[in-house]
Amino acid sequence: MADTPLIELIDIKKQFGPVIALNGVSVSVMPGECHCLLGDNGAGKSTFIKTMAGVHKPTSGEIRMNGQQVNFANPRDAMTAGVATVYQDLAMIPLMSVTRNFWMGREPRKGWGPFQFLDMEKANQVTLEEMRRMGINLREPDQAVGTLSGGERQTVAIARAVYFGAKVLILDEPTSALGVRQTANVLATIDRVRKTGVGIIFITHNVRHAMAVGDRFTVLNRGKTLGTARKGELKPEELQDMMAGGAELAELSSSLGGTI
Amino acid sequence: MVEQPSGVAAADERIQRQSALRRAFVRPELGAMTGTVLVFVYFALVAGGTGMFAADGIMNWGVVSAQFVIIAVGACLLMIAGEFDLSVGSMIGFAGIVIALLSVHLGWPMWAAIIAAFIVAMLIGMANGYLVIKTGLPSFIVTLASLYILRGLTIYFSIATTRQTIIGGVREAAEGDWLAPLFGGKILGFVFTWLADMGLIATFTAGNRAGQPVVDGIPMLMVWALALIIFGHILLTRTRFGNWIYAAGGDAKAARYVGVPVNRVKIAMFVFSAFCATVFATCQVMEFGSAAADRGLLKEFEAIIAVVIGGALLTGGYGSVVGAALGALIFGVVQQGLFFAGVESSLFRVFLGVILLFAVILNTYIRRLITGER
Repeated sequence: MADTPLIELIDIKKQFGPVIALNGVSVSVMPGECHCLLGDNGAGKSTFIKTMAGVHKPTSGEIRMNGQQVNFANPRDAMTAGVATVYQDLAMIPLMSVTRNFWMGREPRKGWGPFQFLDMEKANQVTLEEMRRMGINLREPDQAVGTLSGGERQTVAIARAVYFGAKVLILDEPTSALGVRQTANVLATIDRVRKTGVGIIFITHNVRHAMAVGDRFTVLNRGKTLGTARKGELKPEELQDMMAGGAELAELSSSLGGTI
Repeated sequence: MVEQPSGVAAADERIQRQSALRRAFVRPELGAMTGTVLVFVYFALVAGGTGMFAADGIMNWGVVSAQFVIIAVGACLLMIAGEFDLSVGSMIGFAGIVIALLSVHLGWPMWAAIIAAFIVAMLIGMANGYLVIKTGLPSFIVTLASLYILRGLTIYFSIATTRQTIIGGVREAAEGDWLAPLFGGKILGFVFTWLADMGLIATFTAGNRAGQPVVDGIPMLMVWALALIIFGHILLTRTRFGNWIYAAGGDAKAARYVGVPVNRVKIAMFVFSAFCATVFATCQVMEFGSAAADRGLLKEFEAIIAVVIGGALLTGGYGSVVGAALGALIFGVVQQGLFFAGVESSLFRVFLGVILLFAVILNTYIRRLITGER
């Protein structure tokens, strides 16, 4: 593992008018690391990833990539710098084929001048190849994304981001709407991508999903970082308590008879 | 470390089961293809002996179909991009009056009048698109407003300048012009003369055109229709921009996240829709030799119906230009065919309503097949 983080966010604050959404959040991710960002609803997870993805500009704080300070004016900037975000519900267009989704916005072309046509052969071939590497054997590259399961759609989106040169991959609750089997598939994909040296920021509120793939864990609560822990330093129950903010939940979960 | 689930590669066993029939079904053009075959079979049986399928008969419904095709291609691309243009009909009337006013009333050369009409119409199309994007209102409402505004302005300008709603004398003004034949001319006349000489098509037997073939060439209207189909089809299926059209209509937000210039795509399609309407208007003005303020009435709906029969989804993101063209063909053949078959022509509208309903139900079903919604 290298010494300089791929991306480092230091003491990020973000205010929307009178509302303080983020009040000093610091997170970094190393190459090949999966950094889990945990937090309950309203903890500021969404605002934070949007800041990382260039959708919001931080009110104060610093973003560094490979040690260099950067400013993202828009999502396009962040993407060019190698920060790719996979949003949970907005990753894919179900009516379009896997290939067309995969290449959307960056379609390969051949020809010259005004006569540049889609290079469907290359597009299909690369798509099949990349999907196979992620463990999905497509029947044919022109099947509609709508025929894929939720987990497979997430995988297509992740494969797409990685293929187009993502160095940092932000995954916005990729498992929250999925069943057990599909979740396992997505977690396996995350593990695969991590091994290629991509840094992953995995946003979730499910401690077990985080524990399965995470190397480090940061808990957000009410717009602040509660702390960062390495794998093995914390028990799932402790993480859960930090996330929900305490004793109340502990009581609740013991009355329910297990970890929520 | 997560254990590698053995089911990763096998997880897609569920998407393998899809019969060839079902796959053939999930094509936007399928309904329109079936419809086209049915319509032709029907009229071959009912009106086979009436001359509907002789050279001049074919030309009759061919021209009407070509008219529908021209506006349907524009409406199709726009609908796939997720928007409607209800101002197409008014735009046809407006562009026609602009050409006639500039050339006949103000004495501009015909080519300048035609180019001016295209520029003005496309600017209005751009304004439509810009308003839809900027206000975030449904294009249905924005272009409904332009439907009324444009129609009103067309009638007003025509009465204010010439005191009438029909402006004639266009054919004379177009005499010797270099651009006008591109819309009003005919090509391949010699082929038909040859065919007539061979006795393959009929000739006039009386009147001052006796001995000439009943069809003396392919009108440019048809050439435009064919060119627009080819252009639209290639644009949609073979280019990067085509992929953006699908993406903009499929899910604008998801498309924006990966950097598709959704606004630019949608505005460009509004401009293209206006372009198609102006092609229609120019061909019509050249054919009739006049422009009228009430031309193009209800054309916007006919275009949308042709597109829907062609398998496009009203919600955008799915459809095909070839399908829309077949929808337009069905439209033209039925409208003229009922006349040949001697059926009361008011029944045409009944047919239209029924087939529209069927098409929408079929499309919704197909959408469910594709997206896997239950």
